Amino acid sequence: MIEEIGRTTEGDLIINIGPQHPATHGVLHLVITLNGETIKKVEPHLGYIHRSIEKMCESLSYRQFIYVTSRMDYLSSHINNHACALCVEKGLQIEPPQRAQYIRVIMDELTRIASHELWWGAMAMDLGAFTPFFHAFRERETITDIMEKTCGARLTMNYMVPGGVMAELHPGFQRDVERFIQLYKSKFEEYSELVTGNVIFQNRMKSVGVLSKEDAISYGCSGPVGRASGVSCDIRKLYPYDIYNKVEFDEITETEGDSYARYVVRLKEIQQSIRIIEQLLGNIPEGDFQAKTKAVLKLPKGEFYQRVETARGELGVYIVSEGGTTPYRIKFRSPGFSNLSALEHMVKGLKIGDLIAAMGSLDLVIPDIDR
Amino acid sequence: MLNEDLKSKLVEILPLISFEDGGEWLNAYVPPEELLACVNQLRATPGFDFDYLFCLTCIDWKTHFTMVYHFSSTLHRHNIVIKARIDRMNPEIETVSHIWRTAEMLEREVYDLFGVVFRHHPDLRRLIMPDDWQGWPLRKDFEDPVNMIKL
Repeated sequence: MIEEIGRTTEGDLIINIGPQHPATHGVLHLVITLNGETIKKVEPHLGYIHRSIEKMCESLSYRQFIYVTSRMDYLSSHINNHACALCVEKGLQIEPPQRAQYIRVIMDELTRIASHELWWGAMAMDLGAFTPFFHAFRERETITDIMEKTCGARLTMNYMVPGGVMAELHPGFQRDVERFIQLYKSKFEEYSELVTGNVIFQNRMKSVGVLSKEDAISYGCSGPVGRASGVSCDIRKLYPYDIYNKVEFDEITETEGDSYARYVVRLKEIQQSIRIIEQLLGNIPEGDFQAKTKAVLKLPKGEFYQRVETARGELGVYIVSEGGTTPYRIKFRSPGFSNLSALEHMVKGLKIGDLIAAMGSLDLVIPDIDR
Repeated sequence: MLNEDLKSKLVEILPLISFEDGGEWLNAYVPPEELLACVNQLRATPGFDFDYLFCLTCIDWKTHFTMVYHFSSTLHRHNIVIKARIDRMNPEIETVSHIWRTAEMLEREVYDLFGVVFRHHPDLRRLIMPDDWQGWPLRKDFEDPVNMIKL
């Protein structure tokens, strides 16, 4: 239940951030115990956007349940769909055609860029800079336009299906993506001038919310949060899926583990994503975009687990099948859930303003945490 | 370490362990009262070093629950799945949150949705559902005439 604003017996102040608060980027509710301005305790309260997706999936077929997962981490819906499609394919033991695999990886990386773009704008806005938000959206708009032309949607794409992708790429896809890459490269300098090199920004980010390597592992952190603490946890490198083993890219790791390191990792990741897209874009093989599958999919009895790297970290899809047309139990291991659990450890003893910076650098998407 | 090597080493230190075929990773069953001893070994034994708990969940099999722990090692890059069957009427198991900090919230989630009680958990409360919620939503026999939409 929501605690009222009040004081503990020791005279500490209890305040609520959220569920409606611009800095939580969604309906996250944090109950914070403060001694003066120093944080003593952070307690996340979840569930304001809990839709029980796992329960819902138990009554949906293996084709239908993928559409629900777009609503989990809505900023990387392509990658969520990809994870589910891969997991079903693992159970059916089918391999999508090469063309589909290329398209999937390009789409994944475009999504990652779009997601990091939005985070970059929101991160700067958390710290009081409003302009970067519009700059970020200007570039992100180009990606959503590409998505809209091919998938028909701008946010919940539902483009990946078991066996491949749902539809052919739109005719000018290659040209559109090339145009985006050109645009993005011309703007990248602007990004560092506007935010990264800013002294105020650096002062607020450096040495704030430090997470050591051991703690990052113990808290199950993944994605940019884990990599900023020096944990090598990029699923694309460790357990490659589709054609990630054929493309060249670097796994970005930093050692500081502070908010600034997480910021740097994400910005560098955007460039790696562009590197991946550039390698693939001109070489998409001809052929089918979807493998032939039965109209009704039935997974054999057993358990299937698929890990993928979303923009926020490791997403796991765990399907327990009893041999029917619907999953018996499905579990989504969401990256944001584990990353959030490290928040209290990061900000204990810091000032309340630092909490906003540290939370922004975690890149939380609340529907992904609540599911 | 390969699955076969893991298997032979595990049998040496934990005689009560049993294995299940299938799956890409090694699936091992342990008796629930042995769970803590088992995972302690997995974490601390050099060569195993399972330091990363990436998934913790529960499955309702109508007759019993199965707790499922997915571990991996950031050092050796091997994975293992540990399972424990627990009683459905009185579901209780030891917490692992003092070994892997991420388990604290994951166990709260399992408690919230399945009603599994984790002994010695530092703060076992509902996490996602409201505090006054009745019932355990992810159990197979859960019925909610108001909020649930049946397809």
